[in-house]
Amino acid sequence: MTELHLMTVAELSASLRSGAISSVELTRAFLARIERHQRELNAFITVSPDRALAEATRADERLRAGRGGALTGIPIAHKDIFCTRDEKTTCGSRMLANFISPYDATVVQRLREAGVVCLGKTNMDEFAMGSSNETSWFGPVRNPWDTARVPGGSSGGSAAAVAARLAPAATGTDTGGSIRQPAALCGLTGIKPTYGRVSRYGMIAFASSLDQAGVFALSAEDAALLLSAMAGFDERDSTSVELPVPDYVAELAQPLKGLKIGVLREFFQGLEAPIEELIRTALDALHAQGAVLKEVSLPHLPLSVPTYYVVAPAECSSNLARFDGVRYGYRCEKPRDLADLYQRSRGEGFGAEVKRRIMIGTYVLSAGYYDAYYLKAQQVRALIAADFERAFHEVDVVIGPTTPTTAFALGAKTQDPVTMYLNDIYTIGANLAGLPALSVPCGFAGELPVGLQIVGPHFAEGRLLNVAHQYQRESDWHLRVPRGFG
Amino acid sequence: MAWDSVIGLEIHAQLSTRSKIFSGSATTYGAAPNAQANLVDLAYPGVLPVLNAEAVRMAVKFGLAINARVARRSVFARKNYFYPDLPKGYQISQYELPIVSGGAVDIVLEDGVVRRIGITRAHLEEDAGKSLHEGLAGLTAVDLNRAGTPLIEIVSEPHLYSAREAVAYLKKIHTLVRYLGICDGNMQEGSFRCDANVSVKPRGSEKLGTRAEIKNVNSFRYVERAINYEIARQIELIEGGGKVVQETRLYDPDRGETRSMRTKEEANDYRYFPDPDLLPLEIDQPYIDAVAATLPELPDQKAQRLMSEYSLSPYDAGVLTTSMELADYFEVVVRDLGGQPKLAANTVMGELSGLLNRDGVDISQSRISPGSLARLLARVVDNTISGKIAKDVLEAMWDEGREADAIIEARGLKQITDESAIEAAIDRALAANPAQLADYRAGKEKLFGFFIGQVMKATGGKANPARLNELLKKKLGG
Repeated sequence: MTELHLMTVAELSASLRSGAISSVELTRAFLARIERHQRELNAFITVSPDRALAEATRADERLRAGRGGALTGIPIAHKDIFCTRDEKTTCGSRMLANFISPYDATVVQRLREAGVVCLGKTNMDEFAMGSSNETSWFGPVRNPWDTARVPGGSSGGSAAAVAARLAPAATGTDTGGSIRQPAALCGLTGIKPTYGRVSRYGMIAFASSLDQAGVFALSAEDAALLLSAMAGFDERDSTSVELPVPDYVAELAQPLKGLKIGVLREFFQGLEAPIEELIRTALDALHAQGAVLKEVSLPHLPLSVPTYYVVAPAECSSNLARFDGVRYGYRCEKPRDLADLYQRSRGEGFGAEVKRRIMIGTYVLSAGYYDAYYLKAQQVRALIAADFERAFHEVDVVIGPTTPTTAFALGAKTQDPVTMYLNDIYTIGANLAGLPALSVPCGFAGELPVGLQIVGPHFAEGRLLNVAHQYQRESDWHLRVPRGFG
Repeated sequence: MAWDSVIGLEIHAQLSTRSKIFSGSATTYGAAPNAQANLVDLAYPGVLPVLNAEAVRMAVKFGLAINARVARRSVFARKNYFYPDLPKGYQISQYELPIVSGGAVDIVLEDGVVRRIGITRAHLEEDAGKSLHEGLAGLTAVDLNRAGTPLIEIVSEPHLYSAREAVAYLKKIHTLVRYLGICDGNMQEGSFRCDANVSVKPRGSEKLGTRAEIKNVNSFRYVERAINYEIARQIELIEGGGKVVQETRLYDPDRGETRSMRTKEEANDYRYFPDPDLLPLEIDQPYIDAVAATLPELPDQKAQRLMSEYSLSPYDAGVLTTSMELADYFEVVVRDLGGQPKLAANTVMGELSGLLNRDGVDISQSRISPGSLARLLARVVDNTISGKIAKDVLEAMWDEGREADAIIEARGLKQITDESAIEAAIDRALAANPAQLADYRAGKEKLFGFFIGQVMKATGGKANPARLNELLKKKLGG
């Protein structure tokens, strides 16, 4: 039998239900791996062995009673942006370094109800602001493919954990690419669903109109299994959509014959040659399965980075106002008065990137600047969404690269925020338009994985997973294991 | 120089929903501090607002009652500022697209002139918590029970030209929200409060002067005083060569003056933007129609009806309809009495209101039921007692909680209508006062009243006044 940590969730699920393995055994195996590799990768902020084993014990009882579901007993990790009851939820920030959440996020609760075991909480860029996981108060995460390089961000801990097989799957959030970019840089399958598909309740807000929860997994099939449990309307999130959740697993088998793929012209501008080659090769593979390729253009897409860096900071400047040192979280020592309490608690509690974005956001919403920045950005956002909508009249999905480069070296871009922001150039469009998008491994440039991005119309998660799954039936990039983590 | 004052009011009315506007916490007043603040009210990381449908229904009701436009689509916006009693660091309000806009109410001035006061907009928003400083030795405590209580902010046009008009308008809105059952109107507990924008300009000038905003004045009397103070202050300032600055001022009821709180330069830039956690609020016509069907008879309609149905004067109808309960009380009295609306109106607005005020209770807590009052007035109508005696009986009913007939019986207050008895009393009075009688006969006709008084005194006020008048005239004339 394959070693447990190399198995997919689908395989583990079958073994758990057949009784070939127990959840406790599985959980112990992953906890041991976390212990062995945590220092090297720094993928976790919190590891919860006792709690995980207690959950695994309960899962085993259900499995033995024949009441196990597809995810019963499967250990996973949660990005530390999701509130987990009675546990530390830090959001990668000093501000919440000691914050114990009194409640579970809807995503956490739904996965718990589906029987998953939570191994711990993964590292992330502070308040999900970053593309390299270097803004975390808890230190950077390292990429298992090359520990001198970043895993991507902001969900870098989740990506590194799954890539290093410290967990078979993990949750993440994606505001401008924070699932897809690290999935690409770590060689994983990562999906950001349609805005409104998964509840945001209990997910600490960065930019409310863009944030969406999703998953990292080894395969599209595993992502489908997890997303099925996470998705769906939640009355506690007014922006979640009241639509039934389709059976994503059942949709996987659909052949690609006749699928119309839009090849995004704008996605190939400024792309490194080895990456472009891999993307073209993957497109050929899909074509060989019967898909039709058609070049499409989204003329406003090149404006997505500046648009995003107005909208997201504007929302974050307001969302992060609640961290004021009054009710919970970091409070400065001996505040002299109210202004001092605010200034020092926030000044000491937030890191540089968070402060930069709060300042940008405050600026663009200010009287006299609102129309020129925020309002203009919302108008451009509508144009980008309209571009996509037009494209989806012609094609079923659009495909391109996930990132312009492979994983870069730690520290390479930290001094230049704009270069860092440009790493999200291909992913941000889907967030601005609220569209589902996923990244799937499509080869290696040198030693480093490259991601293929598939974007679909609203609520087409099933179709995206189907395309990825059919691609993965004919390729094995997604099953490659970084050296030293096999 | 003559000056005109221009006033606009911003009224905050707490909507009487059971739970808060964006969370499930209760809204009951007076609970232990922070007992009614859940994770949403405390703005915990990750929590989200969910709009209370009942608050929307109430705002729509208000919009319909002032003949305003109810927006098919309105948008919640964040008003950003830091304060300890504002846990999110922003207040969820409505900014560019409010739920209600372009309405009006009519007010009746003392000279009977009716003026239509425009209402620019009314929008939904959440209340903040309270910061407490008293008795805390330099510390501040925060009570978030009120945080998230639904409000409608009702913004008038600057159509009010005196403190009295402003108060008349404020009272009109106060009456209206209570008729609609959307606000309890309790000013002491802060569920109905107002800010006043006040400016002055040379008489006849078109251009509005610079305004000062007076914050949170919590009684009708204080509103009037604060505005009058502010108008006088501004005129004095300008006439003394100074300039009014745009600022927020606080009214100090103890000293009867307003003082500067912050100037425009110090004002927050609230950085309003649409709240991405809440979708635009969409309302369709069937919904509006359904709400319209639940509107009660409104004060103006009721006043019109009282005037035509009972021939009341506009003034009486206006007073009786200041509260729905008062008007209902009046109508039950008339119904039980089988008529006599003027008598009923005078008693309810006069003696009964006097007793209510004396004990500081409102009509719903009256110790005399409308049925009992009707039975008392029936005794006046059938001449069992005089109107004057009726006042005493009414007071006794209030104090003793007994019915009119029992009091009349026990105290022997029954009016004397028997002619021979009245005649006997007159004869005694004339006989006892020969000097006055001689003066009267010599032409001092004013003494007629003196004899009436003597007879009344002798009969304990029970002589039927009309009969006494008639008989005395006859005797004196004879």
